[in-house]
Amino acid sequence: MEVFLQQLINGLTLGSIYGLIAIGYTMVFGIIGMVNFAHGDVFMVSAFIGLICVLLLTTVIGMSSIFLILAITLVVAMVFTGLVSWAIERVAYRPLRGSFRLAPMISAIGMSILLSNFVQVAQGPRNKPLPPMVPDVFVVMERNGYEVTLAYKQIIIMVVTATLLAGFWWLVQKTSLGRAQRACEQDRKMAALLGVNVDRTISLTFVIGAALAAVAGVMYLMYYGVVNFADGFVPGVKAFTAAVLGGIGSLPGAVLGGLLIGLIETLWSAYFSIEYKDVAAFSILVVTLIFLPQGLLGRPEVEKV
Amino acid sequence: MVQPPVADLKPEALPNSDLPATGLPGAPSLPPPVQHQGASSVIRGAFTDAIVSGLLTGLLLLPLVGFRATESGSGPLGLTYRFGLVAVFAGIVAVLRLVLNLTVWRRGREVKVGEGPSAFATLALKAAPALRPAFFSFAIAYPFLAILLSGGLSPSRYWVDLGIYVLTYVMLGWGLNIVVGLAGLLDLGYVAFYAVGAYTFALLSTSVPVNDFFAGHLGEGFWTAWSFWLCLPVSGLLAAFWGVILGFPVLRLRGDYLAIVTLAFGEIIRLVLINWVSLTNGGAGISSIPPISFFGVPFNATDEGFAAKYGLDFDSMHRIIFLYFVILALAALTALVTIRLRQMPVGRAWEALREDEIACRSLGINTTLTKLTAFATGAMFGGFAGAFFAVRVRFVSPESFTFMESAVILAIVVLGGMGSQMGVAGAAILLIGGMEMLRNLSFLKADFLFGPDFDPSLYRMLIFGFAMVAVMVWRPRGIVSSRLPTIFLKERKAVSATLVKEGHG
Repeated sequence: MEVFLQQLINGLTLGSIYGLIAIGYTMVFGIIGMVNFAHGDVFMVSAFIGLICVLLLTTVIGMSSIFLILAITLVVAMVFTGLVSWAIERVAYRPLRGSFRLAPMISAIGMSILLSNFVQVAQGPRNKPLPPMVPDVFVVMERNGYEVTLAYKQIIIMVVTATLLAGFWWLVQKTSLGRAQRACEQDRKMAALLGVNVDRTISLTFVIGAALAAVAGVMYLMYYGVVNFADGFVPGVKAFTAAVLGGIGSLPGAVLGGLLIGLIETLWSAYFSIEYKDVAAFSILVVTLIFLPQGLLGRPEVEKV
Repeated sequence: MVQPPVADLKPEALPNSDLPATGLPGAPSLPPPVQHQGASSVIRGAFTDAIVSGLLTGLLLLPLVGFRATESGSGPLGLTYRFGLVAVFAGIVAVLRLVLNLTVWRRGREVKVGEGPSAFATLALKAAPALRPAFFSFAIAYPFLAILLSGGLSPSRYWVDLGIYVLTYVMLGWGLNIVVGLAGLLDLGYVAFYAVGAYTFALLSTSVPVNDFFAGHLGEGFWTAWSFWLCLPVSGLLAAFWGVILGFPVLRLRGDYLAIVTLAFGEIIRLVLINWVSLTNGGAGISSIPPISFFGVPFNATDEGFAAKYGLDFDSMHRIIFLYFVILALAALTALVTIRLRQMPVGRAWEALREDEIACRSLGINTTLTKLTAFATGAMFGGFAGAFFAVRVRFVSPESFTFMESAVILAIVVLGGMGSQMGVAGAAILLIGGMEMLRNLSFLKADFLFGPDFDPSLYRMLIFGFAMVAVMVWRPRGIVSSRLPTIFLKERKAVSATLVKEGHG
């Protein structure tokens, strides 16, 4: 019971991070129907931007308030990662829009290789550790000497995720940008005829997805305290699994899928084998796509001739 | 998806909106409106564009190039600054864009939009009949040329090794070409079959019970001498078997989903290879795999060896050159089988499947069987290549079978122009050979360029990724983008690939 509760807390934390990344996949897929392979690496880049920002604030400026540091890092990472993603869409995807289906996908794979190797060259191949940022924990319950703890950083992750998701929901449901996005998702040509600037909407979709991935990146950095240039691939695939599990194209689905994947991963590690936790995540992806291609909350795809 | 012209004619707010959009299939073929601007406004526009793009580049590079988190011993990370480097890159981009804007991308320049095959494709088509014999005769002559030009057997080792390396990828590219290029099934986990082939051979050839069994019946040393030749078909068959097993559940999927599932399968196989330590020895891999033999005659310095038997002086290069011809023969076999299969009903069914699955089904083609044969055939050649890899390197570990390998092989197929064999071979030579050449750029270490600390091989994958994006943007259909139909009425005409839709399998 205690183990289960502890893993539940860990799983929800991890799931929040996956959910934030998954939104980027699901939005881009919804609007232009491509799997943005480079999204996992955009997440990794954001964690590195966060690392640089934290180092700048602590060692150079000498700031000590941890919450101020986190807030500034979040904003900086979101802005720069958004810029990176905007540039990627501009250079690698936009010229291929309307080309045959594999072209943007191959371009995205190339972009993913480019980003991870760029970071390797620019920042070096070794792990980049940070001193623990929010080390305090909070004991939820104790029985038979086993403590179930909730770290403050876990609370921060969940609160930040929930707040951002609420803001994001408002953006998609209530603003004109969100309306334009949903219009493009339904019918790009019609939206253009009705005066929606499709190119701008798609660009902004990439930027928003990247900004959410940047939040995930900073949270990841804070949670694990270490980042490496190769850290983009596996979280990327897991977040994609989350998006597929929740139903690709569906925003609540992405969050739900993220939480589920996080829970499954931690519970699997606790009760079965930690070595095969990635196998479990990949197997879920395969099984979902084969038996439930529309996901939990997605709409079934209609095949048209 | 044809884009609505409305969105395209809108004056863009962004200054660098005139990225080269020449000849993109599906893009509206309206030439940009010719504006008779004064020379000064052109120049002013070009300068604004250059400054803005330079600033953007600087901003993009600022966090990760301008700063570097450096380790200082065991202490916490420190920061080093490289703002000069950012300025240099921003300057390069600005100047480049300025030059391009004033010359190639000038507004009002006529943009050539061709419906038929481009000049490049026409050239390729003219040369096509001669290309295949030329390729194979060069490939056969290559080791002898290498020996002649480098002056002796031992100095040519590097070049022959490079040839083996490139040919392995040519073969893998041709194998994957069956799945992706002919049947139109996007497979991102091809390396799984390569791994199955390599591990099959590695496990069988080092297995003690198998060795004892053959030692009891056919004499001591039989298994060491013959293991590769006996295991090669087994590796291929097992890989094909796995192709069917993995192919079966994914039959209903199409396009991107298929790609993702095959990627997941590839990763699952790699993770199992890492974690199933009792069988595969985990991340440490399997070593001391017996070397290749000349059909039972070992390449060693003994009296029984290849050199003594054929009256030659012993040289370790004999084995390498023999390996080269083995992979050449395997690659040729792949090419030959593919060509023959394309003439047969099953090959035609693959190509029909690639073009339109629904039409295919309504014509009574068994799509399940067609897809499975494509998967199995492609996987079989992957398995052959894997067994060859294991006997060449004599060591296998899961490290060699990462997703990156799959991506490289897929890139070869797509950049070569899917379905075109010579295009795939060209792309393999270009990409793999080019990446190897980057290791040799030691002149860049000169003091006036980058200094002795500069390591060009670090930039290999960076350049590789960049090339993948660049070639896709420049020629989304690959280098050879037209194809010859295998069946035709009266006259064989090349079909521009832009007129064909595909990738819906």
